[in-house]
Amino acid sequence: MNREEFSQIAANGVWKQNTSIVQILGLCPLLAVTTNLVNGAMLSLATIIVMAMSGIAIASLRNLIPHEIRIPVFILIVAALVTVVDLLFNANLHELYLVLGIFIPLIVTNCIVLARVEAFAAKNPPLQSLSDGVFMGVGMLWTLSLLGGLRELIGRGTLFSGIDMVIPGLHPLQLLPADYPGFLIAMLPPGAFILLGCLIAWKNWIEARAAARQQRRLPEPLATGS
Amino acid sequence: MTNPAPLTATKMAARTAVILFIFVVIFTGLLSGAYIWTLPTIQAAASEEKMKLIDEVLPRSNYDNDLLKDTVRIGATPALGLDEATSAYRARKDGKLTALVLEAVAPDGYAGKIRLLIALNSEGSLIGVRVTQHKETPGLGDYIEPKKGKDKERPWIAQFNELNPTALDEREWKVKKDGGRFDSVAGATVTPRAVVKAVRKAALYVAENRETLFASQSQ
Repeated sequence: MNREEFSQIAANGVWKQNTSIVQILGLCPLLAVTTNLVNGAMLSLATIIVMAMSGIAIASLRNLIPHEIRIPVFILIVAALVTVVDLLFNANLHELYLVLGIFIPLIVTNCIVLARVEAFAAKNPPLQSLSDGVFMGVGMLWTLSLLGGLRELIGRGTLFSGIDMVIPGLHPLQLLPADYPGFLIAMLPPGAFILLGCLIAWKNWIEARAAARQQRRLPEPLATGS
Repeated sequence: MTNPAPLTATKMAARTAVILFIFVVIFTGLLSGAYIWTLPTIQAAASEEKMKLIDEVLPRSNYDNDLLKDTVRIGATPALGLDEATSAYRARKDGKLTALVLEAVAPDGYAGKIRLLIALNSEGSLIGVRVTQHKETPGLGDYIEPKKGKDKERPWIAQFNELNPTALDEREWKVKKDGGRFDSVAGATVTPRAVVKAVRKAALYVAENRETLFASQSQ
């Protein structure tokens, strides 16, 4: 894998093909979990682990899987890997499992994993598939963290609530005054839809502005009668 | 993959079935292996977890026995909201029964059932209550968990401590919004209402069944 290929995979995952605001995949866990920044980040971290593992596994086995039954085999592999990760976490990292535990089974239902496996890992070598999985996860990480942070800030006036369960000793920040009444809709799924819509609009606005600027820099095209 | 000779439909189907079968066998094997390998560690962690939870509702100074072993079976009991049998744990000090730890379920939470762990002393007063499992809205109804509430010094669930539901009037045993004595957070009163109701029902159940719960042999 050369550098150019790598940076292309990275750019695709983090921005151009961002799972949450371009591909709009995995909305169900997104809406349910991003009530605060920590939850959003934790779900994304768990997803990164699973996507990296399933990317390697399926890319290595891709030549052994007949095309006709690839979907059941992919589901089998992804579900088995998620369950193994779940068991290993539960046994060896019990403290972390208590925090991440509820998110790991959610990942099986997340179509991002199956979508990337089908679209990328089934056609590319293991190393590329690994980086695709990781960077798709990184794209999800910043989007869900931003969405979770915004919902938390608008809904409750805090940031990083629940961080003490992940890293003991750290405390959530109270950014708005303590008597902030809260904004209920931001905490409920409709609020997540509205904010996600704003994020998508923001991304499209940036893209449109970049495209317009590029056009302006180009020399005026010759007027041709057509 | 090289495909030397075109296969007949039957052969193709058989080949695909065999490959799928092999994948299923391999990954089921992987799963069972992981399950068997991690089972003892997970079980040890679970019973440690149980003790940690019991420590929250019942301080260790209250008993000197191994209360995970001194249990009494409670069958499916509608009064406790339980539709399956559970175990209640009996705490003893110098052989004398000091407290009972039991599970109860509030069936009418905002998002389904709320599981509770309740410790009562031998007079029927509450020593402590904890929520062990719930699906209430994160950041809204989850303040019934001390870790999630805003006030870490005086968690919401600590309001039950030292109260005796059998000695109090039913009208008082409600959230403030309904004219009772318990606080709640505006916009999320369904959750505390369910918990308050379930705790009262459980305490009344224990008062009614004192004999069987406190006196019977450990099972």
